[in-house]
Amino acid sequence: MGQTLQDLREAILTADDVAALASTRELLAAGVEPRVVLEEGLAAAMLELGRRWNRGEAFLVEVVASADVFRQCGEVVEPVLLARGQKKAGRLVVIGTVHGDLHDLGKNIVGAMLKTVGFEVTDLGRDVSAERFARAVAELKPHLLGLSALLTTTMMEQKVVIEALRDAGLRDRVKVLVGGAPVTAEWAAEIGADAYAANAPQAVEVALGLVGAGGDGR
Amino acid sequence: MSRASALRVLSDAEIAEVHEAALKVLAEGGVFIDYPRALEHLAAKGARVDATSGRVRIPPRLVEESLRACPSSFALYDREGREALRVGGDEVHFATSSCAIRYQEGAAARPSRAEDLVRLVRVADALPQIDLVSTMVVAGEAPKTLADTYRLYLVLANSPKPVITGAFSRQGLPDMKSLLDAVTGGRTADAPLAIFDACPSPALKWTAISAANIMDGAAAGLPVEFVSMPMPGATTPATLAGSVVVHTAETLSGVVLAQTVRPGARLVWGGAPVGFDMRYGTTPLSSVEAVLLGVASAQMGKHYGLPTHTYAGLSDSKLLDAQAGLETAFSGTAAALARVNLIAGAGALDFVGTQSLEKLALDAEAAGIIQRLLRGVDVSPETLAADLIRELGPGADYLSQPHTRRFFRAESHFPGPVLDRLDRKAWEERGGSDALARARTRVETILKETEARSLDPERAAKLDQAMRRVMDARGCAALPFVAG
Repeated sequence: MGQTLQDLREAILTADDVAALASTRELLAAGVEPRVVLEEGLAAAMLELGRRWNRGEAFLVEVVASADVFRQCGEVVEPVLLARGQKKAGRLVVIGTVHGDLHDLGKNIVGAMLKTVGFEVTDLGRDVSAERFARAVAELKPHLLGLSALLTTTMMEQKVVIEALRDAGLRDRVKVLVGGAPVTAEWAAEIGADAYAANAPQAVEVALGLVGAGGDGR
Repeated sequence: MSRASALRVLSDAEIAEVHEAALKVLAEGGVFIDYPRALEHLAAKGARVDATSGRVRIPPRLVEESLRACPSSFALYDREGREALRVGGDEVHFATSSCAIRYQEGAAARPSRAEDLVRLVRVADALPQIDLVSTMVVAGEAPKTLADTYRLYLVLANSPKPVITGAFSRQGLPDMKSLLDAVTGGRTADAPLAIFDACPSPALKWTAISAANIMDGAAAGLPVEFVSMPMPGATTPATLAGSVVVHTAETLSGVVLAQTVRPGARLVWGGAPVGFDMRYGTTPLSSVEAVLLGVASAQMGKHYGLPTHTYAGLSDSKLLDAQAGLETAFSGTAAALARVNLIAGAGALDFVGTQSLEKLALDAEAAGIIQRLLRGVDVSPETLAADLIRELGPGADYLSQPHTRRFFRAESHFPGPVLDRLDRKAWEERGGSDALARARTRVETILKETEARSLDPERAAKLDQAMRRVMDARGCAALPFVAG
């Protein structure tokens, strides 16, 4: 009994979903502000995990597991937050792997890492059509759109998505970040993306540079 | 002839266990194919297909039938139509790496361009230890829609060696075949010059492009190589055994797709196994886990009687340094001892993302040493030389013996100029260079003094015409080296 924010952070860091969810519910029931649970509990733990990753002390499998527990706890906090007329603090990033490409590992890693610095991440999955990306931008109004393509065969699709955004009059509303093994900074410039990242840590850096994390982010 | 005993990491019983597990995965879980034509085709051949989900469950009987239809080896020809090598059995051939997007310059890498590929091809062509020239880098100048075809154009124009390549789109394959037909006089299917890679997306998925390339390649008589890329802990189980099961199931599904299109299609059981470093989220191809996976997968391919391929003899270092030498020699030796038929990796750095001229020259030295290793120790009454040893007795001078003159060449491997074997004084007098500097000299010498083995004017014109047709179809006005 008497769960503390420290307990919650510890549960997130060890990816203990049962303990983290129990801790989240107990803190809310005890009257702790949902914003405090979110920022000083959940987000703070992910930031700590990000710092550990950068020091080489965390393994990717642990970051991914913690990010999932973070998401589950966030889903518990969110309704309480909304009931009080408050919104989540983190800036929204929509990510996805482009049409024709079935690889989603790199994108998943980027998603997990973005969460470690306080971004809110909506993952559209893989083989995502340009129309779906455009619709998500129109409906969710993210600050940042991340397009992943692992194959030389599918990187063309990144260009198609950017053109679809332009055609829908949405291009100016969102920053576009592209990545994937065959993608280069030159390609990003050629297709009119805002930025390119070579790997997940760089994606985090670039995302922070482009839009800032908002909320508790750096 | 191969004498050194083969490296095995799976026992026969374990091979059977992997086989059973892969059959179970294929029959009960199945693979996902994002290509309606392949789904219809496989359904007609007896696979259980759910057209809505794209899931294909393949019965063991269909797998066994398809395996029986595979040739155990096939000949690859050079650009001049001569048989260059056989892929299969215990023969080991070294190929350059493929699909890099960067070109190494000193300690830095930059996006690769057409002239870089031409230099790489010319150097790979001149290095006798390199048996196949892959389309090593993409040329940044080329529009993405024909970058695959243009890569092949530059290789065919500058080297007669057999090629490992691959298409980036469905149309890329027939486009590339038109280039091959131009230089072989339409004999591409009879005397194949190039192998086409088709990569599943781990785990157990085939994109529309890969599936189309397999079907179209098999139908056109082009050799197809499946390059499965297990990534333990990320896209396949963290266990190496589980990753081999995924690799095997993916590759078997490719075999079924190809052999049901054209029984007897020439196929290669390939792979690009990687490790997955949980500290950085990177995929080292020269990790010891990748090497174990490469050997295990090759054992599976050999068990099924197919020619084999793996990425090995390469490095994840970002420059040509001690790590590059260590990783290249280690993984190349292991793959060769496993008798993987095609070892692709020469010149590669940085997770095969970067290609280096100097590394190519160093890796050729490694390939030469490894081929000597495979020849092992030749034992016969003459090589044992018992009579000679007895006659000459203790303290003998073998340097002056005819026996020595007779055997020393065949017994010794003499490395090329990149490896130093001078005594210290001589080494100092000649500038005290390191391996990188000597590799650079080797490359410069080749580029300056070796005549390029370019295509004859008549076929060069035909190749240019074929490339032109592809460019016209894609709205591309001009590309370096392609005659207007």
